[in-house]
Amino acid sequence: MQLLPLILLPAAASGAAYLVRSVRLRSTILIGTAAVHLGLVGRLWGDPGSPVPGAWLAIDPLGLLVLSLVSVLFLVTGVYAVGFLRREPPRGGRVFVTGLLGFLAAATLVAVSHHLALLWVGMETTTLALAPLVYHRHDRRSLEAVWKYLLLSSVGIALALLGTFFLAAAQSWGHPLLLEDLIAGATSLHPSLLRTAFIFLLVGYGTKMGLAPLHAWKPDTYGEAPSLVAGLMAGGLTSCAFLGVARITEVTIAAGLASFVQPLLLSFGVVSLVVAAAFMIGQGDLKRLLAYSSVEHMGLLVLGLGLGGVGPYGTVLHLVNNALTKGVVFLAVGNVVLATGSASADEAKGILRRLPVSGVLLLLGLFAVTGSPPFGLFLSEFTILNAAIAQGHPWIALAVVVLLAIIFVGMASVVLEVVYAPAEHPAPVDRESLLLVGGPALLLAAVLMLGLYVPLPLHRMLMAAAQGLGVAAP
Amino acid sequence: MILGPLLTLCLVLAVAPALPGLATRTRAFLTGRRGAPVLQLYRDLAKLFQKNVVYSRTTTPVFRIAPVVVIATVVVAATLLPLDGHAALLSFRGDLVAFTGLLGLGRFALVLAGLDTGSSFEGMGASREVTVSAFAEPALFLCLTVLVLATGELSLAGMLGEPLAAVWPGAAPSLVLAAAALFMLALAETSRVPVDDPATHLELTMIHEVIVLDHSGPELAMILLGNAVKLGLFGALVVGVLVPLGRLPAWLAPVVLVAGLGVVAVGVGIVESCMARLRMNRVPQFLVAASALAVFGVILLLR
Amino acid sequence: MSGLHELLLLCVVLTNFWVLGTTRLSSTIRATAIQGALLAALPIALHPSWSIHTIGLAAGTFLVKTVILPSFLAWAIREAAVRREIEPLIGFSTSLALGAVAVALSFGIAQRIPLPESDSSLLIPVALSTVMVGLLVLTTRNKALSQVVGYLVLENGIFVFGLSQVERVPFLVELGVLLDIFVGIFIMGIVVFHINRAFDSLDSTRLTELKD
Repeated sequence: MQLLPLILLPAAASGAAYLVRSVRLRSTILIGTAAVHLGLVGRLWGDPGSPVPGAWLAIDPLGLLVLSLVSVLFLVTGVYAVGFLRREPPRGGRVFVTGLLGFLAAATLVAVSHHLALLWVGMETTTLALAPLVYHRHDRRSLEAVWKYLLLSSVGIALALLGTFFLAAAQSWGHPLLLEDLIAGATSLHPSLLRTAFIFLLVGYGTKMGLAPLHAWKPDTYGEAPSLVAGLMAGGLTSCAFLGVARITEVTIAAGLASFVQPLLLSFGVVSLVVAAAFMIGQGDLKRLLAYSSVEHMGLLVLGLGLGGVGPYGTVLHLVNNALTKGVVFLAVGNVVLATGSASADEAKGILRRLPVSGVLLLLGLFAVTGSPPFGLFLSEFTILNAAIAQGHPWIALAVVVLLAIIFVGMASVVLEVVYAPAEHPAPVDRESLLLVGGPALLLAAVLMLGLYVPLPLHRMLMAAAQGLGVAAP
Repeated sequence: MILGPLLTLCLVLAVAPALPGLATRTRAFLTGRRGAPVLQLYRDLAKLFQKNVVYSRTTTPVFRIAPVVVIATVVVAATLLPLDGHAALLSFRGDLVAFTGLLGLGRFALVLAGLDTGSSFEGMGASREVTVSAFAEPALFLCLTVLVLATGELSLAGMLGEPLAAVWPGAAPSLVLAAAALFMLALAETSRVPVDDPATHLELTMIHEVIVLDHSGPELAMILLGNAVKLGLFGALVVGVLVPLGRLPAWLAPVVLVAGLGVVAVGVGIVESCMARLRMNRVPQFLVAASALAVFGVILLLR
Repeated sequence: MSGLHELLLLCVVLTNFWVLGTTRLSSTIRATAIQGALLAALPIALHPSWSIHTIGLAAGTFLVKTVILPSFLAWAIREAAVRREIEPLIGFSTSLALGAVAVALSFGIAQRIPLPESDSSLLIPVALSTVMVGLLVLTTRNKALSQVVGYLVLENGIFVFGLSQVERVPFLVELGVLLDIFVGIFIMGIVVFHINRAFDSLDSTRLTELKD
């Protein structure tokens, strides 16, 4: 059972981190666990193991992708966290590290769980594990943010639980709520119950993803949480939530209800893009800006899922690119905040002069996250647009292009001001610790590479994942 | 055939003045006092009937008629109820609307008399009383709807007798909810705690008591008697819903009814000693809660 | 036994009305405690087979929903020294009326959902109405603690719904769900405590600093 250690290791490490007193030991536990986790995941790429019928934990292409993304992002974030905790006012970081490792355990559970109720348990645990991290700064603003985050996420997750129960009611054959049996016996699922289950699960996990109009918690939470936590949420948590949506989409499409699923996914996707574009214009805070960017990318993911054809391939490629890119930009913004004390464009200026490496990372990250070539997101967005036109939705493709342009303008105006505009009180060039810029730089390099060339193993995994999500061609 | 209902009606009218006394005595007992004797209201009525009436110079004939209307409507409403579980003195299809209307008429007359005096205290009481009744009447209709849906009959005599006993097993939850709502309504209509405290002497906190401030002598006696009979009526409704009087032999039913009235009165006393009077803006909430219970009962019957 | 679960479900609806209508916060918590006890008795009333699954579920539910969570919330009330809910967004009377409407709606909806319900035809409507009442309380109340109570009622409603699938959902998962809810409310309580310390009140309408 090679999957159980993947979950138990971070869980045990989380407990250990809570009990340990020494800061140094805690950092070691954090980075060590992240490294071992990544190693184990890497081994899974080479040898996925044979599927056991009736097993609750199993690895499939999409799950492995999400798991790898979470693991990579976590290692980079973990390294950054060590540097971060050294710079931030000393609070020991005990709850911080405990929460981070707990999140890793829960996210792993979501990625490898093929029992949909167990997946729910993992999702709820990720929500709870990250809550103390959002409140890290212990001021009024973050208090308000964590309250909204808790309430909205909990309600969403509760509706997802209701959807899971509906799904259990719809199933009359096979092991209850087991993904393989659900897909194999999909035609025997009760249609109206399945439809109700899909709606509740889409709304529930969509709230966790941050799809509009369920995204209200995102700007506040990403704005007030420490940047590395926000980056982990934007890259890791949203991927896990997307996995939940993808699983139920898989089942519903296998049951032949593709015509029911598509309009829902398409409307959520387009609405997310519109909302993101509308709120990004005139946005003054970098982190809130990135939160709306996350809403935009979630919209694109769901759009690709609903389009069919090459759409799902674009979606899984976008999933990978988005997670890595969000890591870069959020960590770069984190450096800005550490140096200037604020993420607001009014106060943080002249970054290129003050923090050369982070400034370059932020600038390149801007281009990456808005989908400019040669970065990876361009390729995935192009694939999704291709799918839109090929599947007969040219108006959607046009709308997406226009909205993406608006988003680019909105983001560029803020980021360029932060990077280039001269600061009111010029400060000397800051020494940038390797811990804080090494990881983001590596991620940016990866995104650049993915924009030019997708390595064969990754491509194969993406194809396999997309096949599972394929909408039946009309 | 009318002998049975007539005798039961007279019995209820005779017993009615004891009910407020029983409630007050229970409340006093539970709060550690001895309280007034149970039969005190009889003595008060006798005393009042021997006194003279004093009319204020600002009043009109409306003021003089009102107490008569109050007692008359209550007694006529009593004839519509099948008090012994078998038949009522007066019965026709849709008489439940007449029942509610008669009670409303009595209240209307009282309120008019209060306004007639031109005093600000009575005016304040009148507006409060009308507010309470605006919420109480829908609740009463909803409770009666539960009974209509349960038995399929549109007349009170049909509803509260044998047919109700027949449907009891199936509709039990709804009927219990309706009885609970009727009990809450009894508290509101007869001005007991938590809607109105009969023991208070501060006019600004009264609803019913303050309207009748200017009445005296036999007229005041008629109003007090009317209030007591109203308590008896609602108690009879509660008993009729909960206890299958129609199944009992003709001589036992009135006895059980009177015993049930006593239990309701004691229940009112217990509630009075447990709760404080609600703030004025919470009284509608109390009545909406009664309506909600009745609505729930209706829903349970409709599914 | 067949009548017992109907009675329990009816009492659950009555506790919902209690939560909607009362103004005192300690009263709402008492109502959720009683609701938790009713919910703990439901698995045993529905499937009197006395298996480990039902007994464990009943015991766990009782422990979490009737003992631990209400006493924790009561502690939070004491710490915040708050007694009454101020007039909420839509008023108490309107809340009660809407609650009655929600009950009616859920009975209507339940007839359209073709669930293979042999045990009880009350289970689905009561579950749906409890979910709606929980959402109502969550969205319209001002005090942060009332919102937590609303979330608790929402989860109770979903739990009732899950009871109709109790053979399909394994015990371990139910335990996981229970644990998650417990930890969730625990964290919410801590946050409420911090809110009280930072803002000196539990009025969530004061949490309006963050906006676009």
